[in-house]
Amino acid sequence: MNTSNAFHPLARLLHWLMAVLILTMLFIGVGMVSTVSEKHEWLLAIHKPLGATIFVLALIRLGVRWRHPPPPLPAGMPPLMQFMAHASHWLLYGLMLALPLVGWAMLSAGGYPISLGGSLHLPPLMSANFEAFAWLRLTHRYLAYLLFLTVLGHMGAALYHGLIRRDDVLASMTFPRKPLAPAVAPVVVEVVEPPSSSIPPQV
Amino acid sequence: MTDPSLQPPSNLLGRWAVIGLAVAALALAFAYVAGWLTPQRLSSRGIVNALQANSGVFPGYRRNHAKGVCVSGYFEGNGAASAYSSSSVFAPGRTPVVGRFALPGGNPYAPDSSVPIRSFALRFSLPNGQQWRTGMNSMPVFPVATPQAFYDQVVATRPDPATGKPDPKRAGAFFAAHPETAAFLSWIKTAKPSASFVTETYEALNAFYFVDASGKRHPVRWKVTPEAPDDAGTGPQAGDPNYLAQDIEQRMAKGPLRWHLIVTLGEPGDPTNDATKVWPADRPTVDAGTLVIESEQPQDSGPCRDVNYDPTILPPGIEISDDPLLPARSSAYAVSYLRRTSEEAHVPGTARATSPSEHP
Repeated sequence: MNTSNAFHPLARLLHWLMAVLILTMLFIGVGMVSTVSEKHEWLLAIHKPLGATIFVLALIRLGVRWRHPPPPLPAGMPPLMQFMAHASHWLLYGLMLALPLVGWAMLSAGGYPISLGGSLHLPPLMSANFEAFAWLRLTHRYLAYLLFLTVLGHMGAALYHGLIRRDDVLASMTFPRKPLAPAVAPVVVEVVEPPSSSIPPQV
Repeated sequence: MTDPSLQPPSNLLGRWAVIGLAVAALALAFAYVAGWLTPQRLSSRGIVNALQANSGVFPGYRRNHAKGVCVSGYFEGNGAASAYSSSSVFAPGRTPVVGRFALPGGNPYAPDSSVPIRSFALRFSLPNGQQWRTGMNSMPVFPVATPQAFYDQVVATRPDPATGKPDPKRAGAFFAAHPETAAFLSWIKTAKPSASFVTETYEALNAFYFVDASGKRHPVRWKVTPEAPDDAGTGPQAGDPNYLAQDIEQRMAKGPLRWHLIVTLGEPGDPTNDATKVWPADRPTVDAGTLVIESEQPQDSGPCRDVNYDPTILPPGIEISDDPLLPARSSAYAVSYLRRTSEEAHVPGTARATSPSEHP
């Protein structure tokens, strides 16, 4: 049970590390397929091992999240907003795991070697299949666009919490305020009850 | 202490503006990197679109070198190139190969005599999932040195819808503005369409690096030279627009066909970034082994159909050079590969692929 108003320091470290890596990855991906310059080669060389890294970090992060549950959302958040917050986070996790796997399957279906640099090769996830390649390649593209849109929404929502609602949500992932006992107590009560989103906000 | 969210923040409009600007700036940066804001910037899509504009769209076919035939066999390394490259392909022993002979151009029904150039692409399947892919052409030099010049050449030689041929004025202006095309133009003036794929020498044109076991890089170019004698007079009879496929079928029936993989070692100062320039003729060469082609298959069902012969797919021991054509080939081939596989998979919105039997 997380009684703090902040994410565990390890969760915060992973969040910001992955934020940088995922944004980098999205820009590399969309840039490398368009450019015909020498950038194409080194961007492609970064893309594959970086994707594998993000996949592994996402698994580690899920483990950290399970061990150190995130702080509850502020009690005053409307149910729809709470639902959106939860749904978008699980979408982010899903895409962090799905995109590398789809990329790996796509290269396998296309009969490409799956090189992570040097002589480090991954085995194919599936046998070569021309038509499956097309579907997986397009899935990889549109899931990446979806991930980028979700990241934009996530960033906009974080800023909304920090600048408009001015609650603890942005601070919980950045520089959390030291909890003051009276302010925190009602929040703690709120979350021990089952699905808090179904309970009308207690103001 | 009260819930801070209950207090309306000061300067609400400004705060919303900060959020909106941050999101918009990131979205714009993404669109810029994707090339969506700069359609005039040369891109992989632009090059493939230009090729399609010249020859039309033939769903399911490669956007260039569309007409071809699959071949299979193996490469037998002899160890001679192992001093220069650590790749296992050059060690004594066999590596399976899936290859493809083709004609340049986007029309899969072009007559074999329409162009004096043939191409040969190879995929070597090494142990441990490594691959070496190469696409070679039966010409001594490439006409241009850069992706932009290639694109400009494609646009300048676009067939006039009225005549079906390039506008000589436009094409002439391009070649006049590109003196680097001179070597290619003087070669093609006397080049004749060969009667066979198997009598040709195929040049990789782009330079690469071999990396030896100690990590030293050696600039190289490679080619395959045929064992078959140049017997241009004995080819299938004229008037058959598909004589090359017939020829290889007849020859294959008599037994395997062989080429030698000849690696030319560059010296300091030899250009690695300019496919329009040959290296001096006295550069040392290594016969790295024998390419043996044992069977041929039609390209719509053979194993080469599914292969994107991206020349930047290389095993450890071979690396790309600074030739700017190589990354452009890789990027544009990927677009062609996605388009033709999407057409075969009947992805909605793509051109409908028909089986070759539905074509004339």
